Amino acid sequence: MADVTLRKVVKRYDEVEAVRGIDLDIADHEFVVLVGPSGCGKSTTLRMIAGLEDISDGDIMIGGDVVNDVPPKDRDIAMVFQNYALYPHMTVAENMSFGLRLKRYPKAEIKSRVDEAARMLDIVELVDRKPKQLSGGQRQRVAMGRAIVRNPKVFLFDEPLSNLDAKLRVQMRIEIKKVHQKVRTTTVYVTHDQVEAMTLADRVVVMNHGRIEQIGTPNELYHKPATKFVASFIGSPAMNFVPCRLEDLAGKLHVRLTDRIAFPLPPARAARYQGIPRTDKLLLGLRPEHITEAKPHAEPGVEAFDAVLDVTEPMGMETLIYFTLEGAQVCGRVNPNAGAQDGAPLRLAVDLNNMHLLNEVTGVVL
Amino acid sequence: MTTATIDKAAPTRTVKYGSMSRDRAWALRWSYFFLVIFAIFFLTPPIYMFITSLKSSAEISAATNPWWVFHPTLENYTGLLTSNQFLRFFWNSAIVSIFVVTITMLIAVPAAFALSRMRFWGSATLATGVFLTYLIPETLLFIPLFKMFAVVGDWTGVQLINRWYVLLILYPTLTVPFCTWIMIGYFASIPKELDEAAIIDGASWFQTLTRIFIPVALPGLIAATIFAFTVSWAQFLYPLVFTTSTDQLVMPVGIITTLIKGDVFNWGQIMTGALLGAAPPLIIYAFLMDYYIAGLTAGATKG
Ligand SMILES: Nc1ncnc2c1ncn2[C@@H]1O[C@H](COP(=O)(O)OP(=O)(O)OP(=O)(O)O)[C@@H](O)[C@H]1O
Ligand SMILES: [Mg+2]
Repeated sequence: MADVTLRKVVKRYDEVEAVRGIDLDIADHEFVVLVGPSGCGKSTTLRMIAGLEDISDGDIMIGGDVVNDVPPKDRDIAMVFQNYALYPHMTVAENMSFGLRLKRYPKAEIKSRVDEAARMLDIVELVDRKPKQLSGGQRQRVAMGRAIVRNPKVFLFDEPLSNLDAKLRVQMRIEIKKVHQKVRTTTVYVTHDQVEAMTLADRVVVMNHGRIEQIGTPNELYHKPATKFVASFIGSPAMNFVPCRLEDLAGKLHVRLTDRIAFPLPPARAARYQGIPRTDKLLLGLRPEHITEAKPHAEPGVEAFDAVLDVTEPMGMETLIYFTLEGAQVCGRVNPNAGAQDGAPLRLAVDLNNMHLLNEVTGVVL
Repeated sequence: MTTATIDKAAPTRTVKYGSMSRDRAWALRWSYFFLVIFAIFFLTPPIYMFITSLKSSAEISAATNPWWVFHPTLENYTGLLTSNQFLRFFWNSAIVSIFVVTITMLIAVPAAFALSRMRFWGSATLATGVFLTYLIPETLLFIPLFKMFAVVGDWTGVQLINRWYVLLILYPTLTVPFCTWIMIGYFASIPKELDEAAIIDGASWFQTLTRIFIPVALPGLIAATIFAFTVSWAQFLYPLVFTTSTDQLVMPVGIITTLIKGDVFNWGQIMTGALLGAAPPLIIYAFLMDYYIAGLTAGATKG
């Protein structure tokens, strides 16, 4: 097992720069998820770590050794592909043991490793089947088994669950987490699904346009996003952004949304935003769970206002509401018994203790 | 609401289904019609050959019904199968074909692997080039090739002309390009992740080829083998030009040169020889077709 380090790693394909200088330190035993929209360079980064793509610039280190020119087979990594890539002519056991057989491990050792992995993944009764006799989820398990038996320094996963249906995806997600807790191998996992990223990762790396936007634990990214991109990418439904300005009213700092609506900022926030020019065009970022129905006794920092709802979506344990503020669609989450109705007015409350203020031009969270 | 949609959809679907199956029925009828015509067209010559092979020379030249045997005899068969000359032709053909198939596969499979997987400079152009060489007919090549071998013989003293093994150089010029092309197609259908997985598992290029690509592309390999065998078994022009002594001849040329003496055609034996000559490819088809099952790649990936 080992740590993985990327230093100013760049990948150029003729004209396009797919990866534009990535710095990343992955600790031993860590589960790191690369997440980002399609085409942001996640797979390319992973494939460079695997050695399947050459590095145009920078260094990649595994276990302290620079592996830029080390062929994949000598990097001691295992990779699980999106489409499983099982060898169709081999049985499950043969698929899993292929790497070990190439390295001429003793037969008994191979057998015990395959058995152990099969037990861990609950595919013991499948070991003599061919891949085409397996379901998607079972194939995915075999692909993971093939990685586990090698006992490599690093696991690399490239969207391993995106070919599975939603229910199985949740199940396999838990399975992957369990396996990682057991084997504790350093893992780099690529996905474009932020829920997968949040649930699996020790740390999440959010990528966009070949660069890293932010690195942090799932909670850090959720509560302290660094940029508008991260703020809107992490969390579902996504964070709301409403154009706003800062304004001093009666000696207190306010955030003004519309001519009629301006909220006084809680003291901690007021201190933090004091230095921002009042003329700057800003965005108020609020997660849907911080826009709720107004309660009789307002807590400090929670401000009430009236809105006319456009649409409501009952979800069972909560109701999603949508309304418009300054031309921006805003989503809130209210109690199903709050009486939210399509087209009807409702008194709402925003929790400004959890607000974010962003520069509208640069997208930086202030 | 759900039931309503089903009720509404049901009659339309039945009508559509009916018209579709009527189309299908017509398509089937036409297919059978043409298949029967083709079958008759292609089976008539071998049947005629078979009938003739059972006749004596006297009966063949007699003005009887050519489609019926009045005095069946096996003398043509016993004649040929006891003739050392004919057995020699058969043996030459077999040796040449087996060698050519082996040589072809040893060249075509690695070539196809390299051209389809190891992206090197000009590999795409080279792949097209390989196929283009197949399009040049041998009728255009045999004279320059003959000259070349003659020159080689003069310079090095290595006698190639009128030796059966010259065919081992000539036939691959026909089989290698086509088989390479077939194999490129089959290899290209193997998902890229499969060799990447093998590479990560620690396989070298050679191991990827022998342990992953060849087993997975086995149907293609068999198709290519059948093709190479058929071409070398049936090739006529090159052996006719390059070999002349009776002990160097392969069967197609052997039958023609020894069973036609001047203007005397030994029709019975010609037909018998041709029928016997057609047997090995048939047997090989029958054996290999069992293995020629498509869809071996099923299960490798999601799709
Ligand atoms: N072989 C290639 N040649 C040229 N450009 C490439 C090549 N491979 C990838 N790219 C480009 O590099 C960029 C990053 O690709 P990459 O596959 O890493 O995206 P990704 O983040 O994995 O996206 P997805 O979620 O769709 O898999 C894309 O813009 C892509 O078009
Ligand atoms: Mg990808």
